[in-house]
Amino acid sequence: MAKVAQVEVNTSYKEKYGFAKPEKYVFKTRKGLDDSIVKEISFQKAEPEWMQKFRLRAYEIFKSKRQPTWGADLSRINYDDIYYYLKPLAKQGTSWEDLPEEIRDTYEKIGIPEAEKKYLGGVGAQYDSEVIYHSLKENLEKKGVIFLDTDTALKKYPEFFKEYFARAIPPADNKLAALNSAVWSGGSFIYVPPGVKVAVPLQAYFRINAASMGQFERTLIIIDEGADVHYVEGCTAPIYTTDSLHAAVVEIFVKRGARCRYTTIQNWSKNVYNLVTKRAMVEEDAFMEWIDGNLGSQISMKYPSVFLRGRGARGDILSIAFAGAGQHQDVGGKAYHLAPDTSSQIISKSISKDGGRSSYRGLLKVIKGARGVKANVRCDALILDSKSRSDTYPTMQIDEENVQVGHEASVSKIGEDQLFYLMSRGLSENDATSMIVNGFIEPIVKELPLEYALELNRLIQLEMVGAVG
Amino acid sequence: MLEICDLHVSSASKKILKGVSLRINPGEIHAIMGPNGSGKSSLSLALMGHPRYKITSGKIILDRKDITVLTPDKRAKLGLFLAMQYPVAVPGVSVTNFLRSSLRNLKGNVAPAEFVKTTKEKMADLKIDESFASRSINDGFSGGEKKKMEVLQLSILQPKYAVLDETDSGLDVDALKLVAEGIKKTSGPKIGILLITHYQRILKYIRPDFVHILVDGRIVKSGDHKLAEEIEGRGYDTYKI
Repeated sequence: MAKVAQVEVNTSYKEKYGFAKPEKYVFKTRKGLDDSIVKEISFQKAEPEWMQKFRLRAYEIFKSKRQPTWGADLSRINYDDIYYYLKPLAKQGTSWEDLPEEIRDTYEKIGIPEAEKKYLGGVGAQYDSEVIYHSLKENLEKKGVIFLDTDTALKKYPEFFKEYFARAIPPADNKLAALNSAVWSGGSFIYVPPGVKVAVPLQAYFRINAASMGQFERTLIIIDEGADVHYVEGCTAPIYTTDSLHAAVVEIFVKRGARCRYTTIQNWSKNVYNLVTKRAMVEEDAFMEWIDGNLGSQISMKYPSVFLRGRGARGDILSIAFAGAGQHQDVGGKAYHLAPDTSSQIISKSISKDGGRSSYRGLLKVIKGARGVKANVRCDALILDSKSRSDTYPTMQIDEENVQVGHEASVSKIGEDQLFYLMSRGLSENDATSMIVNGFIEPIVKELPLEYALELNRLIQLEMVGAVG
Repeated sequence: MLEICDLHVSSASKKILKGVSLRINPGEIHAIMGPNGSGKSSLSLALMGHPRYKITSGKIILDRKDITVLTPDKRAKLGLFLAMQYPVAVPGVSVTNFLRSSLRNLKGNVAPAEFVKTTKEKMADLKIDESFASRSINDGFSGGEKKKMEVLQLSILQPKYAVLDETDSGLDVDALKLVAEGIKKTSGPKIGILLITHYQRILKYIRPDFVHILVDGRIVKSGDHKLAEEIEGRGYDTYKI
């Protein structure tokens, strides 16, 4: 495992990510949502007519669906008290220098331009509703890789949208997916041509700056046969006393023999509702991997899914959730085995402290005829104090007999004896707790590229500062 | 000098130690023997500051510093070490990472090359396979492997005073020899050792300067190494109060 970077004790989320820049924009809708606002968003984007129709239909579905009550408590979301669209700039930048100082400074503080130089193949940076910067390394562009913001891609490559858009997650899937479909803006579009292996990660960074903002990015990823990509997303926001809403939709199509790894390090401020629908369609012998780190937000509901549609398809969902004071992380994963010889692995690790609550919610489904399926679910919860809570809601629907299915769950408290053991070797209580927590998530962290492993360990350490004693 | 002055210890409101006093000078090896339930392990855990063992009266003085109320990490930093009877596993934390963190906390910065070399040598001495360096500490280790791991830490961390709590139990003869060798190599004119044991077999390899018999929370008799042999013959029963 990578060495844990040291964090200065006084560094807090507020200084590093929680700052707010003055709100400047070229266009902003009024608060709340109705037909005219949906049309206005569409008009601002000068998009094809079919998309406006799609949005309006989705808005009807959104209105007709009740707020979900089966998971975390969403009763405090007031859909009338949110700004649905804020356009920060008239034009996207192609260099960081192009951008206004406050925006450039935001990403520099977070470290995106530096990461771009060091180890990324391409970067997309979304600020409130729009992607304000985008880049792709020339060698990848030459190989035919497309990495754009979704609005631009819709105009340049409409054929992809006709074939794939909303095919994995239709608006009627759930209320928040319907909302996203009505007001979506920004997000990433990726296409990797057959056989092309993208060796370095492509990264998107989502930043909410304005107060009472809703961010509704829409991501569409198509990995053609035998191709390979690793996409990473990060997200942060200023700390406000009013709530913000992040409701993204991510659709992924992994073609025969292709591989896609999607890594999220979600670190929203604790006034953000994070309600995201993520789904991957996985074809014959293809491999989809979700690596999902949830550290921030007030409430997260997110269950990345794999639809294993072709023989031999494989899907892994590895997730880490960290729930501190006032947080509820209701996360997990879903695997649908729709073809023979498909395999899946769901590993979920959660940590609760200071009254935080983490829930694992998962589904494992094997349809009749999907013979030779191998599926394994493992969820481990670590509870750091008596105020905190952890729940597990695993669902299994197995309609085929010829399968190998495993399920293991554990809940543990940080043991007095573990702490004593480490402290007797000179570690302070805080360092000992951090070491136990880092050890607990190590099976997932070791899957990440070094830079992200360090980042995740550092963020966890940041959360741990002051956790005990 | 490690001084234990009239120590009274309770756990879960049960009185366990009822006034134990000991003085351990650098270079001395003291053995504490006693039947099951006499308070041997409680003494070792209370010395290191385990939160379940409350010192109700008495003092622990380490090199003239009162450590009675210090947390375990502060005691460790002053040079106290406890080889545990039941070391716990910490999944995901490798032996190397664990040793390096301990060493960094206790001795300040450690030269990486030297650390790797020393660890390798000491593992070889104890016949611990190299593969253990990257395994999670104590996770899935056998009883004997755990005990060896404690002795490895002892020899790497080089404390001033070491309490060894039944480090000999659960070992076969070969492992016992290796562990005893490891302890002897670490000990010397500078380190004071408190060896807690149920049986006297380890005392064949490590000769104690003093032997104390602990029964029902009190030291009922002290003597030299011959006392251990006496117990072998007579058992503990005759020492009951």
